[in-house]
Amino acid sequence: MIVHSIFFYFFSFIAVIAAIMVTRAKNTVHGVFFLILDFISVSCLFIMIGAEFLGMIMLIVYVGAVAVLFLFVVMMLNVNIKETTLTKVKEFKGVKPIGILVGVVIFLELIVVIGGWQFKENVLITSSSVVNQNLTNTESLGNILYTDYVHLFQISGMILLVAMIGAIVLTYRKKEGIKRQNVFSQISREKKDSVTLAKVKIGEGVEIND
Amino acid sequence: MIEVGLGHYLMLSAIIFTIGILGIFLNRKNVIVILMSIELILLAVNINLVSFSIYTQNLLGQIFTMFILAVAAAEAAIGLAIIVVYFRNKGSIKIEDISSMKG
Repeated sequence: MIVHSIFFYFFSFIAVIAAIMVTRAKNTVHGVFFLILDFISVSCLFIMIGAEFLGMIMLIVYVGAVAVLFLFVVMMLNVNIKETTLTKVKEFKGVKPIGILVGVVIFLELIVVIGGWQFKENVLITSSSVVNQNLTNTESLGNILYTDYVHLFQISGMILLVAMIGAIVLTYRKKEGIKRQNVFSQISREKKDSVTLAKVKIGEGVEIND
Repeated sequence: MIEVGLGHYLMLSAIIFTIGILGIFLNRKNVIVILMSIELILLAVNINLVSFSIYTQNLLGQIFTMFILAVAAAEAAIGLAIIVVYFRNKGSIKIEDISSMKG
């Protein structure tokens, strides 16, 4: 149990420090690196506490997809590093105390909630999705995800589809000077628009009117 | 203190949540940092759900965490697409330059 405590404090210390560095890093690329560190340490916590599947999914989805997406965007946009240190702005002075105040109040509220919180009685018995100790974490998750929650699962797939289409539509850019296939005009072309029959007299030829 | 329980995990999630909130409020750099702070907040929510799920021996929290993961990925993709389009149009994504709504 002492090892569990040591690992918990180790990973959570790294997670908190990395979270602070995400918001304080001068260079945005460094911020993304610290975000990756944060995700990795939290997924270590998940694996340690017994949610192995979610820890691994966290690594795949967050580190493998989301953080790399951030990294791509930050590197492509060429955000200026030098100017951000120079422009410590005037109106920031008014924002800072109120922001800190609201943040501290939110933190205190969370502390109060955690401190005064208790289990509802019989919460373990009334629930339908209690952990079966004989199965692994992944197996039991799959057992209820594909049966009881299959509609929510499919809806989350729809959300990802909508996000994908939305991202493509937002960033799609029509370039000038490229000839594209216009399917509608191709299909709607008819015989009378494009073909005419002409009687050709011998030795005279046909007059073409385009 | 040395025995790690549910309260420790909730405390960790509260700390990370507050760091995310403060990162949104006190950020003077660019919009990407705000998106990263939102990711931090969702991470804190995930810690909360998973620790409750483990300590109450109830898998519902972990199911919900997967949905939050999906929504977070979708939100990051859309947000970054919006940022790319904004940068293409205005040439800057710094916070003090984004003031066309006078807010």
